[in-house]
Amino acid sequence: MSQPVLECRDLRKTFGDLVAVNGVGFTIAPGETYGLLGPNGAGKTTSISMIAGLLERDAGDVSVEGKPLTTTSVEAKSAIGYVPQDLAIYPDLSGRENLRFFARLYGMHGDDLTRRVDEVLEIVGLADRAGDLAKEYSGGMKRRLNIGIGLLHRPRLLILDEPTVGVDPQSRNSILESVDHLSAEGMAVLYTTHYMEEAERLCDRVGIIDLGELRAEGTRRELVGLVGQRDQVVLALAGNIEAAARACSGIPAVHDASPKEDHLELVVDEARKALPRILETVADAGASVRAVEVTEPNLEAVFLHLTGKALRD
Amino acid sequence: MRAALLIAGKDLRQRLRDRSAVMVAFLVPLGLAFIFDLTLGGLPTGGTRLTFVVVDADGTEVSRIFVEEVLPQVEEGGAIELRTARSEEAARQLIQDAKADAAFVVPAGFGDAVQGTGGGEIRVIGDVDEPTAAQVAGSIARSFAADLDAVRLSVATVVGADPAAADPEEVAALSGRAAGVANPVAVVDAAATTKVLDITTYYAAGMAVFFLFFTVQFGVASLLEERKEGTLSRLLAAPIGRSSILGGKLLTSFVLGVLSMTTLIVATSLLLGARWGSPLGVGLLVVGGVFAAMGVMALVATLAKTAEQAGNWQAIIAVVLGMLGGVFFPISQVSGALSRLSLLTPQAWFMRGLSDLSGGGDWAVVLPAVLAMLTFGAVTGSVAMLRLERMTRL
Repeated sequence: MSQPVLECRDLRKTFGDLVAVNGVGFTIAPGETYGLLGPNGAGKTTSISMIAGLLERDAGDVSVEGKPLTTTSVEAKSAIGYVPQDLAIYPDLSGRENLRFFARLYGMHGDDLTRRVDEVLEIVGLADRAGDLAKEYSGGMKRRLNIGIGLLHRPRLLILDEPTVGVDPQSRNSILESVDHLSAEGMAVLYTTHYMEEAERLCDRVGIIDLGELRAEGTRRELVGLVGQRDQVVLALAGNIEAAARACSGIPAVHDASPKEDHLELVVDEARKALPRILETVADAGASVRAVEVTEPNLEAVFLHLTGKALRD
Repeated sequence: MRAALLIAGKDLRQRLRDRSAVMVAFLVPLGLAFIFDLTLGGLPTGGTRLTFVVVDADGTEVSRIFVEEVLPQVEEGGAIELRTARSEEAARQLIQDAKADAAFVVPAGFGDAVQGTGGGEIRVIGDVDEPTAAQVAGSIARSFAADLDAVRLSVATVVGADPAAADPEEVAALSGRAAGVANPVAVVDAAATTKVLDITTYYAAGMAVFFLFFTVQFGVASLLEERKEGTLSRLLAAPIGRSSILGGKLLTSFVLGVLSMTTLIVATSLLLGARWGSPLGVGLLVVGGVFAAMGVMALVATLAKTAEQAGNWQAIIAVVLGMLGGVFFPISQVSGALSRLSLLTPQAWFMRGLSDLSGGGDWAVVLPAVLAMLTFGAVTGSVAMLRLERMTRL
C-alpha cells in the first residue's frame, strides 16, 4: 500500500468541560475517499478543523504526506484543499476574483494561475457566470464556487465538510459527481456528512463518529458485517410460488425463503452474487419472475447498532 | 509580506466597491466641510483684521503715546488696521458706513486729567453688529489705562501725596521716564500653538480627521466580518502565517486612511480654498493621525464580539473623541479645563498641529502633535495587537 496522504492519531479537543473529540484517528490513501459519518454535534467539524490546521489540538498528531501539521505549518497546509461547511466566499467579489485571490494565497501566479482558474470554473460549472459578483449567484452556485476554491491548487488531500447541506438536488448530484471524479484522479478525499446515502455512494471507507469518538471504521460491507445483517431479496412471481420457495431454500446463500400471495421474500448473504442462481432456481421450479428488489443493510442500521440512536437524532 | 499585500489588495477592492465606505471616507466629509464652509465661512475669525478708527482731540504727550505708539504696535501684530478721523462724528459715520468696526476717541483734556487729578477717559465706540470688535477695542483701551495708572502711581510715590505742589517740569520728566519704563500695552505675538485656522480650513481638517476614525475601522473590523462570513477559516487553512492576515488588515486601514485624508486635503484645497500649510508638515500629521486612529479603532474592535457591535462602539468612540477633540468647534478656546481634556484625543492634536502650521511655521512645528498622535497609536495599538492575535483563532 502506498504511503497515506493523511495520517491522524489520537486527536483530542476539549472546550471547557466538553470533550468534543476524544482519540479520533484514521488514515487516507491516495485516491481514497474516506467518509466521516455522524450526526450533528458528533465532532466531525472539530476533527477536520484540527486536521486542516485551523484549530489547535489538545493532543494527537496529524501528518500530510509525511509532513507534520500544526496550525502554523505552511508546507503541510499547501497539500490540503479545504472546503468549509458554511459558505466561505467573498460576496462582493466575482467568482473569478474569488478564485484568483485564493489561488494567489496558495502561491499560484502568471499563466498557471489564469489557466487553473479557468479549469476550475469549468469543473464547477461557473465559466459563463465567472464575471458576476458572488452575491448574485444562486445558493447552488455559491456552493460550487465554495468547492472550487478548495480545488484550485490541485491539493493531494481535499477536505469537504458537509458540502451538500442546504443544496438543491441537482447541485448536490453535481457535487457528488465531482468528488467521485477527483477521487478517481488520485486525490485523497476526507468527506464529512450526516447523510448516510452520500457516505454509501461516495466513500471507500467510512468512520462512524459519535460523541467525539470514532466508534467503528471500514468499508461499507465491513461495517455492515459488524451488525450481522443480511440482504433481503423480494421476487414478484407468477406461477408456483410455494415450489419456488422450497427450491430456493436449498441454495447455501439463502437463509430464509417465505412465500407470500404474489411474491417471495428471501434473506440472503451477498445478494448480488447469489441473484443469478436464485433466478435460475425459481425458473426451474416453474415460476416466472416479474420483478426483483434487492435491499442491502445500510449504514443507518450500523449506526443504530453502534450508538443506539438513529443517524439524524 | 506577499500574503499581507494580497489580503490588503482584496480588502481595498471590496471596500471601494462598497458605496458606504466611499461615502464615509470621501463624500460625506467633503460634503460636510462644504456645508460648514458655506454656512459659517462668512464669520470673522482670528485671522480677520478689525478696522479701528482713532480720534485724537487731546493732542498732548499722553494721547500721542496712545495714538502713535500703542495702537501702531497692536496694528503691527496684524490684529487690527488703523484709520484716523478728525472728530467723533466722523468716526461714528465711518462705523455706520461699515468702513470701521470700532473707534477710540481721546477727548480734549485727557492728558491734563491724567497728569493732574485723574479722571481722564478714552471713549470706545462700537458697532452693535460687531460686538467682538468693540470688546477688543475696549480691552486695548483698558490695558492702556491700567498702564497709565501704574505711571501715576510711580510719580505719586516720588513727589508725594500732593502732585499740585510739585514742580510741573519735574513731574513731566518723571512721567516721561516712567512711561518709558512701563510697556503701555503688551502686544504679544501669539504663539504658534494659539493660532487659529480660518473657517474653511478648520472644517475641512475637522471633518477629515473626524471621518478618518470611521474610515480606518473598515480594515480591522473586517477581521470580524471574515469570521462571520466564514472566510477566516479559509484564510487560516491557507499556507500563510496569522501575522500576514493581521498585517493585511492593518495595511488596509492605513491605506484607506491615508487615501481618504489625501483626497480630502486635495479636494478641499482645490474646491474650497482650504489652506493646509506645508505639505511635509501636513503629511506628517496625516501619518500620525492615521496611526492614532488605527490604534484606537483596533482596540475598540477587539473588545467587540461581532462586526455590528464593533461598528456601533467605534462610531460612539469616534463621535465622542471628535467632539472632545474640537472637530466641530474650537474647543481649545472654550475653557481651560475642557481645553486640557481635549488633549487626551488624537483629533485635538491633529487640529493643534495644523493650527501651528497655519501660523506660517515650517514642518517641524508639527512634531509635538505628531509625537503625541504616534504615542496614542502605539499605546492603544499595542494592546489591540495582543488581542487581535486571539481574533485570528477559531
